[in-house]
Amino acid sequence: MSVVYERTKGLNQNQSIYCPGCTHGLEHKLVMEVLEELGVLDRTIGITSVGCSGLMFRILNTEVVTSLHGRAPAVATGVKAVQPDAIVYIHQGDGDALSIGMAETISAASRGENITVIFANNNIYGMTGGQMAATTMVGDKATTCPAGRDASLDGNPMRACELISQVEGAKYVERVAVYDVPHIIKAKKAIKKAFQNQIDGHGYSFVEILSTCPTNWHLDPLASMDKVKNEMEAVYPLGVFKDE
Amino acid sequence: MAKKLWKGNKAMAEAAIQAGCRYYFGYPITPQNEVPEYLSARMREVGGVFKQAESELASINMVYGAAAAGGRAMTSSSGLGIALMQEGIAHMCATQTPCVVLNVGRGGPGLGTIMASQQDYFQATRGGGPGDYYCFAYAPWNLQEACDLIQLAFEKADEYRMVSHVLVDATLGAMMESADIKENTANTENKDKKDWAVDAFAGRKDDDHRKIVGFWNDPPEAVAFNRDVLKAKYDIAKEKEVMVDVRNCEDADVVIVAYGTTARIALNAMKIAEENGIKVGMVRPITLWPFPYEAVRENTKNAKGILVAEMALGQLTDDVKIAVGPDANIQHYGEDALGGVMPSPRAIYGMIEKIAKEG
Repeated sequence: MSVVYERTKGLNQNQSIYCPGCTHGLEHKLVMEVLEELGVLDRTIGITSVGCSGLMFRILNTEVVTSLHGRAPAVATGVKAVQPDAIVYIHQGDGDALSIGMAETISAASRGENITVIFANNNIYGMTGGQMAATTMVGDKATTCPAGRDASLDGNPMRACELISQVEGAKYVERVAVYDVPHIIKAKKAIKKAFQNQIDGHGYSFVEILSTCPTNWHLDPLASMDKVKNEMEAVYPLGVFKDE
Repeated sequence: MAKKLWKGNKAMAEAAIQAGCRYYFGYPITPQNEVPEYLSARMREVGGVFKQAESELASINMVYGAAAAGGRAMTSSSGLGIALMQEGIAHMCATQTPCVVLNVGRGGPGLGTIMASQQDYFQATRGGGPGDYYCFAYAPWNLQEACDLIQLAFEKADEYRMVSHVLVDATLGAMMESADIKENTANTENKDKKDWAVDAFAGRKDDDHRKIVGFWNDPPEAVAFNRDVLKAKYDIAKEKEVMVDVRNCEDADVVIVAYGTTARIALNAMKIAEENGIKVGMVRPITLWPFPYEAVRENTKNAKGILVAEMALGQLTDDVKIAVGPDANIQHYGEDALGGVMPSPRAIYGMIEKIAKEG
């Protein structure tokens, strides 16, 4: 009997740390499949951030360095300085990359660090219980904007790819989604390119994945996928923003 | 290297190179700017990595990343910048990743002044980051000792998997002095022992995924780590790593407790006292953590009084109180000499005389 599909070696058998319907687990799986296909799983160092993805160290079969909130790009810079042949990647959320860690995000891109950033935009602070994020869309409710985000009072959502693609050191910037199979296949392609760039010494790559948070959105998993497709995509258009 | 005249900040930077430091990350702040300026060229000459970070938050976290990957790494800054690093330093303590942090001290609080002060004593010995943790804190009083202690700080950081602070003040950083910087001091044994560092399986055949975590979801696990790992090694460090310089304390009427530049200035006050027939001794802590409590206690017990001299409002004084108890006669000198106003030997002598006469 031939094997047509099996669990990636990049993930261990520990219990998933994510809520049902959250796309983080799928995103880790895609990353690990890509690393396995590229044959670099054994020289990968994953850098965690703070937020739900901060717990990924428990399920990854790679080496891991945990970071403080917002500092993952700086930690990745230090790791890569010592281990230039390692494949160093960050998985971080919107609070981490765009709010508390914006300086680190932009500066690592600007320096052209040869790293890969997987950025999960789920429109909210998941781990702390659903507060408004830099990415929360106008009108969306969160525990710190219970009447819905009002741009005049709460500010506007931030668009990561639009911003980072302006930075000279960034080589590849793409936004993808994972709400259906065609999009998952596309997302995996983007992730693969982002890692191939690093293997080739090409420089900084940034892949934004529109992600779900059913628990804090108060939606079931399917309705959450629909929200990404019908609402988030309008504010955060998919596509390649930069490919040098 | 031969003995030669160096600018303090540059000599300390070269001492780090000679100690095998190959990764430097920092952010500009006065009065330590010659450190990154010197290393920006020097690191590349020796095949190391120099990066100017976007902030002190970033620089300590770059240091952390480099240390987690097994590199001998350092940063330098001054009080304000070290304040921004405290969370990172605490995380390095939690993950047991070693590094050296050089603080060329300026006056506070807050923006304060850019000139010499010793107001970061609490910052170095009590931290400011979350949780229970300690760092080595070395406090040299001249450039030779500063260079020697930076080199020792790297070894102790690696040996104990701790952060080492080296605390000087702006005077030492800016002053020109002669120093003989020891060459190639790195103890490779410490480097070889880094079997915990992530290295992307470099040369390893096992499938042990090294993880630098510093986060516990399981309360008993957190207790065990704090007690059996951290406290255990802090206890050993307190037992074995105390460094102190004791002078003329036998039958002294007055004992000065001072460190760094202030101790050096206080030597002149001691000379004046000797000329006036007053017996004065000195206890100079070289490690502020672990603090030489026993040396302070033993060498002051027969004195009429203790004069704690520091360019601060009474930070070192608190540790002296812990050492000798609340009933001892402790006088403090320092509120007129901080933030760039240097201690005066005459003023220190005035207090020595008063203690000798009045007890």
